Formats: sequence, structure tokens, C-alpha cells
Amino acid sequence: MPKLHSVQELNELRTACLAAADSSRPCLTVCAGSGCTAAGANEVLEALRRGLEKRGLEDKVTVKSTGCHGFCEKGPLMIVWPEGVFYNRVAPADAAVLIASVSNGRRPVERLLYKDPVSGKTVLREDEVPFYARQQRVLFGNNGRIDPKQIEDYLRVGGYAALAKVVSGLTPEEVIGSVQRSGLRGRGGAGFPTGTKWEAMHRQTANQKYIICNADEGDPGAFMDRSLLEGNPHSVLEGMIIGAHALGASEGYIYVRAEYPLAVQHLRVALHQAEEYGLLGDNILDSGLSFRIKLVQGAGAFVCGEETALIASIEGRVGEPHPRPPYPVQKGLWGKPTVINNVKTWASVPQIINRGAEWYASIGTERSKGTMVFSLVGKINNTGLVEVPMGVTLRQMIYEIGGGIPKGKQLKAVQIGGPSGGCIPASLLDLPIDYEELTKAGSMMGSGGMVVMDEDTCMVDIARYFMEFLEDESCGKCFPCREGTQRLRAILTRICQGKGTEEDLPLLEEMSWMMKETSLCGLGQTAANPVQTTLRYFRDEYLAHIREKRCPAKVCRELIVYSIEPTACDGCQACVRVCATEAILGEKKKVHRIETAKCIKCGACLEVCQPKAVLVSSGASLCPS
Amino acid sequence: MASMDTEQAEKILGQFEAARASLIPILQEIQATYYYLPQTVLRRVSQKLDVPLGEVYHAATFYNCFSLEPVGSHLVQVCLGTACHVRGGPRVLDRILRDLKLPEPGTTRDFSFTVRTVRCIGCCGLAPVVRVDNRIHHHLTQAKVGGMLKLYRPKLAADQEQITANETEDAQATLSAGTE
Repeated sequence: MPKLHSVQELNELRTACLAAADSSRPCLTVCAGSGCTAAGANEVLEALRRGLEKRGLEDKVTVKSTGCHGFCEKGPLMIVWPEGVFYNRVAPADAAVLIASVSNGRRPVERLLYKDPVSGKTVLREDEVPFYARQQRVLFGNNGRIDPKQIEDYLRVGGYAALAKVVSGLTPEEVIGSVQRSGLRGRGGAGFPTGTKWEAMHRQTANQKYIICNADEGDPGAFMDRSLLEGNPHSVLEGMIIGAHALGASEGYIYVRAEYPLAVQHLRVALHQAEEYGLLGDNILDSGLSFRIKLVQGAGAFVCGEETALIASIEGRVGEPHPRPPYPVQKGLWGKPTVINNVKTWASVPQIINRGAEWYASIGTERSKGTMVFSLVGKINNTGLVEVPMGVTLRQMIYEIGGGIPKGKQLKAVQIGGPSGGCIPASLLDLPIDYEELTKAGSMMGSGGMVVMDEDTCMVDIARYFMEFLEDESCGKCFPCREGTQRLRAILTRICQGKGTEEDLPLLEEMSWMMKETSLCGLGQTAANPVQTTLRYFRDEYLAHIREKRCPAKVCRELIVYSIEPTACDGCQACVRVCATEAILGEKKKVHRIETAKCIKCGACLEVCQPKAVLVSSGASLCPS
Repeated sequence: MASMDTEQAEKILGQFEAARASLIPILQEIQATYYYLPQTVLRRVSQKLDVPLGEVYHAATFYNCFSLEPVGSHLVQVCLGTACHVRGGPRVLDRILRDLKLPEPGTTRDFSFTVRTVRCIGCCGLAPVVRVDNRIHHHLTQAKVGGMLKLYRPKLAADQEQITANETEDAQATLSAGTE
């Protein structure tokens, strides 16, 4: 790789890359993000490569592994270019028929096309799939087109053009001004205006400044940052290099979770390529800008997503936060001014430079601009990553993009913003999703995790679940968070066991308030959100557990009983075989019976029973406390 | 054995600058090499970086990815992220523990398995998921747990042939189960 010494050389390289790619040559792109890889994408790629080789077609058809397309539910996903034919749930055994289709006549393989469960129609192209049709993929648009391990692919789709524009004559003030006018707000959760943060950094006069990319995506149920790093790492690097120019930083850090091995690997490759081409290093593109990026892997601590804890972790200490001010912009890494932004925030910067602040500001709502990426997971038909303009409603997210709730169940709540967020009830489905509206509803944007819950989800159990998580992850430095999470978890557990009292509810509320007001960092200040929102919207469920010893969703083990409905049981013995404690009695073709004393309520019988004869019931008469 | 221990650790220590900022990356390398942090090695790290042993221990116990206990031949990581939680992850965990006769997450007596829980490995679309070593098993149910574990159970030489046949079947069942 020759080092690029000027913007002109970069443009020439791009032209050469574009010329080298024959756009009429068929290209099979297979999603190789973590989800599709787990579903067997590598085996599919291998089978395609072997199949092409066997037929002597390896020079006529290209096979490419790309980043995450977002529709994880249907993986492994594949697109055939240039037509853009979209296939889902591809298996290695399908390789032969796919190759045959591409090499002769190009008739699509009907059975691998996506079939819309609502209309029953077969869909040919990705953008016709309802899951994608309502999305606006500003950050994720290129994920399905480029090989993340090839910088040339990124150049082909216009990569590093924003950097070229910046070093060709935009002053730091102009770049910061653009970011301010765009209305971009931090995508990590709190939504602080990025331009304001950058402006504050710009005013600092220190000789050494740092920038950090916060890729410690710790919220359970969220994986947007991972997918962006896996699928388009150069877009994040480009944003950081532009940031270095605007903020006067000579060194940058990417703090990424070690739990994301593929993201780490792709970042390493991308950093290496950018250094080889001279897009990182000394005197980048002869602009006088010198900037380097180091990769730091997190060691598994949720609190390290908090900026002061993250800095402590990079410095080799335990990730304990410290009070702000001083803010990192004043006194950050090694005591120097530091700007920390989320992965998606950095990746938005090249878009703003390329397409203009006004374009970016035209997307979204009055105070929340641009697009937001959500991971739509849980009890929803179409799980995956979704990028939408700010301001779409929950109803659009769940029913138009998400395809509704599986098995015809009722939607109960949507949990937004991870453990710091809250549960929004089905009655608020028309809520437009932006920073202010979510905060008003008691939740928060967070990093974009969106977990859908149906009638079979117990809201007290969910509150307990989050509190258990936060109790584990509280660093223990400040008293309100350390003790508060423990006490809240203990009370919630008691309620789940049917041992709660009505006095517990005001106690939960009081302690939640205390934690919010007095905790040291964001973790403790928001830790009670799941408790507060479930109490606000689902108080009747708490009361059912307390007064009637009943779990309405039939989840809490101490409050449920399993039995078999004799008229429905066909005596197939499937439940007998799967029962871990030999609690089910019954011979073949005879009605089975569950011995309650032996039953551990694991629910395995319920999973396997075809005629749906296994019943779960809950109520005081069944479970005396 | 003891000399082996320090030899590898010295090699790791040699790759990093002897500064406090190297502490966590060094511990990560040691964890990746030994699958836990042996006490003798931690003492050596403390010496080399001139960081008090108590602080090394603080870091080693603060971060989730470090373990002070040796782990078994196969590491079973059960995801309990929110998506896995609402789709039955805790029940899968219970079944795994029951099958391996463990009262709680930990290592089996024969050191063939170590079970740990993790909070989200980012495969929420495929929930509930379990990662065994580097392989992800997805869309799990309790009924699939037995077959999954069998893929990793220690084999007796006499049964080898039979098991290999079953294993292929199980593997196919697990794979096809994921795509239903």
C-alpha cells in the first residue's frame, strides 16, 4: 500500500478502486456480523467459494462477506448484486442452486426469498421488505455493501471524502460550527449536544488533548455499536480523524468491549490499513495534522461506559467514576482535556461534513436531530437493528418495522434505554421517540436498546432482573448506589416470591428517589428508572403479587403451579421424557399427571407439549404463602 | 509445572511497557493464556509494574472477565441479557446447571465444564443464546440443552465411534433447530 501524501492522491486511489470494480459482475454478499455468523454465515461463504471453484467460476462471480444488515432474525442473509436480490435463512446446502441461478439466466431462487408474513407476498429486494422499507439508513446504509476488512470498499462508497474536504480547507471552527448547526446529540445515552462539548474542548488551551471513542456498549439487549464497528469500522475512524483536526487532539483511543471479538478484529484491520495509507500517523494527507489511535479492550465492567470510569480504566485503574466537575473536557485522560463520544456520534460526523449540517438538521424532531439506531429485540417478530429518523412512534417501530408480537400475543411494554431506562406501557404506543419525550415518560434514549415485552412478561420480575444486574455492576464506590441497588433487589425479590407487603411500595419509591438525588454517577442516578416506571405504569401487577399472591404473567416461580389438562393430554410422553425431576407420571396413550411436590417449575414440559395440555396457574388458593 | 507458569507470564510481561496503564492489558493476556489469573503470576505482575499487590487484586476482582479460579476444558457462557431473559435464558441456565450437577455457576468436579453467566454477547436477535468456547448456540430451549452439552462431554475411548456418530446427528439437530 503506498502512503497517500495529498488529497489528490486519495482521489486518484478512489478512482482506481472504482475502475477496478466491475459493477456488472455478479457479486454475492453474505452478512457475516455476529448474529449471522452464529447462524452459520461462514459455512455458507465457504460452500459458495467451494462451489464456484468447482465450476471454474471464481473469476466470474465475486463472493464477499459484509457487516451486519440488521435483520438478524432471518440470518444468514445474502444479497446478489447488481440486481439486489435479497435472500434469507441461507444454508450451506443452498450454495449450488444459488450459484446456478447467478450463472445461468439469473432466475431468483424462489424459496429463499423473503416472504412477508402479513401480506403473504414474496419480496425480491431488500428495500421492499417491510422491515427495511420504513428505515432511513444513514449510518448503516453501507453495512451490507462493503467488506469491512477492505478499506478500498469503503473508498468506493465515498469513504474518507469528508476527511479530504476537511483537510482541504475547513478550519477547526468551521467543523465545530457544522456539528453545532447539525443539532447532533451524543448517541451514548444522555444526549448532550456534541457541538457544545466540542466547543468547550476547543476553548481549552492545553498542549496535549485526547479524544476517545466509547465503544463499551454494556447495555444488555443492545448491539448497534458492535454492528457498526464490525460492519463499517472506517466510518468511525474517519469521524475521529475529523474530530482530531477540529479539537486539536494528537492521540485517540477506542475503548471497546472484549466481549465483541469480531469488532476488535475488524477495528485492528481497519487501523492497520488507515496507517498504511497514511490516513493515520504524521502529517495526514500533507495537512499538518498528526493523529494516532490506540485500541483498548474493556475487561467487562458495565460502569466503564461512564466517562470518568472509562478514563480510569484506560489509565490502568479500576473503573470507578469520580465526581464531575471537573469534566473530562477540562481534566480527562492523564489529566488532559478529553472529548469522549459514542461510536455512532463519531460515525455521524463524516455524514454531516459530506452532506451538510442543514441536511442533517432536517431529519428528526425539533430538538432531536438525525437518525437513531435501535436494537429491536425480545418478544417481537422481526428482531434486529433498525435505523429510523428521530420522532417515529413506538407503534411504527413495533408494528410496521418489527412486524408485531409473535404468536398473536398482546404487547405489554417496551423497555428502552437498558438498565438506566424505563418500561413504557402499551398505552403510550403513539409516543414519538426522541430524547425529550422518552424522558417525560420516565425512560431515556440510552444507547438504543429496545426490548419488547408481551403479556407473558412479568413487570415485577423485569424490575428485579435489572436491579440484580445493577447490583452486580455497581462499582461500590458511593453508598446510595451500592446499598440502594442491594436493598431494592431484596425487596423486589421478596415481592416476586409473594412475601411482599403494601408498605414495600412507598419504600421502593422513597429509595428510588434517594438514589436518583444522591448517587455519584449516571449508573446510580438512573438505576431506579426500571423500578419507578414499572411502579408508575404497572402498579396493579405489584399489588397482585402482594395482595393475591398472584403473578399475572405466570412467571414468578413461587407463585405458579403446573398441571395437565386431562381432556387435552394425548399421552405422548414428550413431557415425561423432558422432565428433569421425574415429576410427571403417565404411561403411553394415557393421561399424564404432574406431581406438584416434585415439580421444580422449570417449564420444560410446557415447551414440548404439542396439544398444549400443560397449564400454568397462579393465585392465592394455589400458593399459600 | 511451576516453571512453565512463570515462563509464559514472563513472555507476556516482556511485551508490555512496565507502566500502570499496562496492568489491565497484561491481566487480559494472562487470562487468555491460562484461562485464569494464577496467584504466583499476579505477584510477579505487581513486582514488575511496581503496583501494590492489593491494587492488582482489586483490578483482578473488579472486572468480570478475570477469574482467580482455574476453569474447566469447556467454558459455557450463558447469556442473561435482557432479550435472553425475556425469551427464557434463565430456564436454559437452570437446565445446564442441573445437567452438569452444579448447584450454581462454577466448574464441574472433573474440570470438564465451567459455567458462567454473561450479560449480553450482542446476539439478541437469536435469543436465548449460549456460547460454548467460541461457538454460539442459539434459539435454545431446555430440550436442546442435553444435545448441546453432549457435543463437549469427555468421551471414553470405547464409546468413541458411537459418540462421533451421535455427535454429527446432534450437531445437525442443533444447526437445523436454529433455522426453524
